[in-house]
Amino acid sequence: MAETAIRFSGVNKWFGKLHVLREINLAIGAGEVVVVCGPSGSGKSTLIRTVNGLERVQGGDVVVLGESIARRGVNLPALRTRVGMVFQSFNLFPHMTALENIMLAPMKVKRVARPEAEKLARALLERVGLREKAANYPANLSGGQQQRVAIARALAMQPRIMLFDEPTSALDPEMINEVLDVMTSLAREGMTMMCVTHEMGFARRVAHRVVFMDEGQVVEEGTPDEFFRAPKSDRGKQFLSKILTH
Amino acid sequence: MDFSVVADNFKFLILQGLIGIGPFIGGTLRLAIPAIILGFLLGIAVGLARLAQAAWIRVPATMYVEFFRGVPLVMVIFWIWFIIPQLLRLPIPEYGVALTAFVIFEAAYFGEIVRAGVQSVARGQVEAATALGMTATKTMAYVVLPQALKNMVPSLVTQMIVLFKDTSLASIIGYVDLTKAAQIVNNREIRPFELYLFIAVVYFLCTYSMSLLARRLERRTA
Ligand SMILES: Nc1ncnc2c1ncn2[C@@H]1O[C@H](COP(=O)(O)OP(=O)(O)O)[C@@H](O)[C@H]1O
Ligand SMILES: [Mg+2]
Repeated sequence: MAETAIRFSGVNKWFGKLHVLREINLAIGAGEVVVVCGPSGSGKSTLIRTVNGLERVQGGDVVVLGESIARRGVNLPALRTRVGMVFQSFNLFPHMTALENIMLAPMKVKRVARPEAEKLARALLERVGLREKAANYPANLSGGQQQRVAIARALAMQPRIMLFDEPTSALDPEMINEVLDVMTSLAREGMTMMCVTHEMGFARRVAHRVVFMDEGQVVEEGTPDEFFRAPKSDRGKQFLSKILTH
Repeated sequence: MDFSVVADNFKFLILQGLIGIGPFIGGTLRLAIPAIILGFLLGIAVGLARLAQAAWIRVPATMYVEFFRGVPLVMVIFWIWFIIPQLLRLPIPEYGVALTAFVIFEAAYFGEIVRAGVQSVARGQVEAATALGMTATKTMAYVVLPQALKNMVPSLVTQMIVLFKDTSLASIIGYVDLTKAAQIVNNREIRPFELYLFIAVVYFLCTYSMSLLARRLERRTA
């Protein structure tokens, strides 16, 4: 068994009276690609955001690369440099070019010198297929291009884990594949990935495991084949019939 | 109408009144420029304090803003002119009084502009920077404030223009700014129409160039 990259143990979280995460237990191995799916409001975003401490847990713990995020005095900024995150709405910095977006964190957080940061940023842009867009501001990039820059920006910190929260949900259909292609090649290189997505094609081709959530609980988990061919739970069946007919 | 009174006293009005070079302590620009810079810097601190999580920072900052927005500027000038020297048992020169009053008073307004500007930056921006491992301070400095400043330019310029014109209130404690300089000349020459028309034009030229500068700045950062 490979080493564990992320381990959720007994994770609970409330927003006011709303119990959004109920006793989550889940382990993600190093190099594993896990797709999380489930109906809207089931707690997928909240769960993935506990991994880098954007949401604090109120019960249980998440151990990320050996660090407990619930421990008092945990150095979250340091941990976050090893965990990249990609958002549904890209969240590129609009006042910076694509290149500057990628260079910012290495320079300001890791104190990488500018020429080195620029070299790294250009290599990453090349890797996501946007070499010629270095000088563009986000406003002058398509959604698909923005999301690829956002992936490059996260990769610039050389993370061990990448988190994706519905990275293609805000995109026009014709741009979805260019983002999924980048994610696929990342997975092939052995990156540990936790992806909230409803892209079933991606899940089938790339994921090692699918986790299905509903109402704050992990209802079932299994290989993509198992889950998509024959979901064990009724809620899983219901969910699949909805997304497949639509 | 005889504008020779303006021509004859041009040097006094402009050098002494507008700029502050001359026998008296004064100068509209000498007061307005540092007041704008210091008031804005204090305003950034006040605005950020208003947004702090910790109540012991947020509550005093909120009270500060509410208080100084609720009292007239003239009163603040009088307090510092009459009361502070008594409390401290030490005289404060006119320039110190005027500058202190303006900085303290205007920081309340600038603080509100900064607060609104910071709040206008999308929540996802902070999350993205945080997720990259940036601390709250770095996130503020490199991600939030640059965007907030851009959104703030129109209201900041309006407030700076208001402050610039309000410096004429410093004349009530004897600070020889443009208004007071015109008054001094007028006491001697009794040419109020020409003199006050002239300084109105000077005030207008100053504020109008601030507007033009702002418009260029907005266009460049758009
Ligand atoms: N910051 C918040 N404050 C209050 N309620 C929230 C907050 N974020 C999410 N929620 C609620 O928590 C539940 C789970 O949300 P979320 O994790 O975003 O679900 P999903 O990503 O699966 O759609 C939803 O009911 C949502 O309305
Ligand atoms: Mg979500």
